[in-house]
Amino acid sequence: MNVVAADLDGAPRAYTIRLELVDEPGELLRALEPIADNGGNLLSIYHERGNLTPRGNIPVKVDIECRPDRFEDVVEALRDAGVTIIQAGEDVYTEQVTVLLVGHLVDTDLSDTLTRVESCTSASVTDLSLDAPEGTSDVSSARIHLAVAPDGVAEALSKIRVVADEKGLQVVEPLVEEGA
Amino acid sequence: MRLAIIGAGAVGRSVLALAGEHGHDVVAVADSKTAAVDDDGVDADAVLDRKSARGRVGGGDPQDALDAEYDALVEVTPTTLGDAEPGFGHVAHALERDRDVVLANKGPVAERYGDLRALEAESDGRVRFEATVAGAIPVLGTINDYGRENVTAAKGILNGTANFVLSRMAAEGLDYEHVLAEAQDLGVAEADPTFDVDGTDAALKCVILANVLADGERTYALEDASVEGIRSIPPSALSLAGEDGRTVRLVGEATADGARVGPRLVPDDGALSVSGTRNVVQLETEHAGSLQLGGRGAGGDETASAVLADVRRLQG
Repeated sequence: MNVVAADLDGAPRAYTIRLELVDEPGELLRALEPIADNGGNLLSIYHERGNLTPRGNIPVKVDIECRPDRFEDVVEALRDAGVTIIQAGEDVYTEQVTVLLVGHLVDTDLSDTLTRVESCTSASVTDLSLDAPEGTSDVSSARIHLAVAPDGVAEALSKIRVVADEKGLQVVEPLVEEGA
Repeated sequence: MRLAIIGAGAVGRSVLALAGEHGHDVVAVADSKTAAVDDDGVDADAVLDRKSARGRVGGGDPQDALDAEYDALVEVTPTTLGDAEPGFGHVAHALERDRDVVLANKGPVAERYGDLRALEAESDGRVRFEATVAGAIPVLGTINDYGRENVTAAKGILNGTANFVLSRMAAEGLDYEHVLAEAQDLGVAEADPTFDVDGTDAALKCVILANVLADGERTYALEDASVEGIRSIPPSALSLAGEDGRTVRLVGEATADGARVGPRLVPDDGALSVSGTRNVVQLETEHAGSLQLGGRGAGGDETASAVLADVRRLQG
């Protein structure tokens, strides 16, 4: 067995596809159908309606799982359907980043906080621990693990700062070790 | 060298006590109201006794000390913000007389770096300020030896009080108020710990480092730094960090582009997760990776040792 064959018969893997959709009804569904039809399993869709690309389109990030040998079919089918693909490839989330959030986390809608952090194109929340010793209506702390693209750490941290600032939360950021 | 010491707090008194061993004559000492001046060298023990017994160093006017025949003025009055007076005026006076200046007072270097360098450029006197950053640890001397252009960043634990509080909170699971009270009992924290726990003291040191690294191309003051303190860190945040093999420390960072201080997550076994009041500074160098310098970041004899190291450098 050679290396290529070993790669091909592997288990399903995670892939990220970035698309641009025209702002018209039914566009999202039209883009998702070719994925499911070709053996792709949708993991998450981030549809950033409020944020248009310079061309006036809506950026969409789709995380899917599929067998490596089917991924090209998925991409091909999307192209055939006339969907604009910005980037398609195996997940490049290689940096693990940990941050702490402190404050009225529950009252300020923790789930919304995480969704907005994830909306950052280069980050994905992989783990959350909440410690609310005084009950959920008081100050609590959360530890968040993020998987981030190697060049996306600064962007992800800045996104967290913006969201935390808006909600009056304190962020304890990791010290990024240079040359460590 | 002939020294005039302006300021008779813990650091000034230590410089006076240690100067003789280092081969220097102290020809003048001043506190805020009085002065002792003697061209043949003041009697250090007598001045120290007088200060502790009667709260004054001598019978003269402080201005006499500024006008004395010294080679280097040692400016160790308390750090003041904004116009950094009266420290800045003392430094200016010495430079106008073409005398060297050694500072432990952070104010003039952190708040008026541009003004200070401009005065130095007009003078035959030179300005040194090792003692303003991390007490006894030779941070500025090392940057200078490597060449500031070869040092890209400095970061570290620059406030012993804040570090003591965070490391005790993490170790004992106690809240901020408890540990602060303990620190005050031990004399590790002052009655008013604001300067330390709000990050101001660490920020001044980072601003000084940023000024040094920028080498006059840009100058920074406290208002240019991003500063966050440790008061709002609850024990729950420290325990979440601990479960993950990490801890929280008040970390200061400086580059030629600015200064930043705030609580940060650091690995438990990392260079910056020191315990207690110890300080540590990590320099990122262009060609030699990271250097870590650690030691005591405060204290009379420790800071005086850095002052006397500067005096030795001026002697060449």
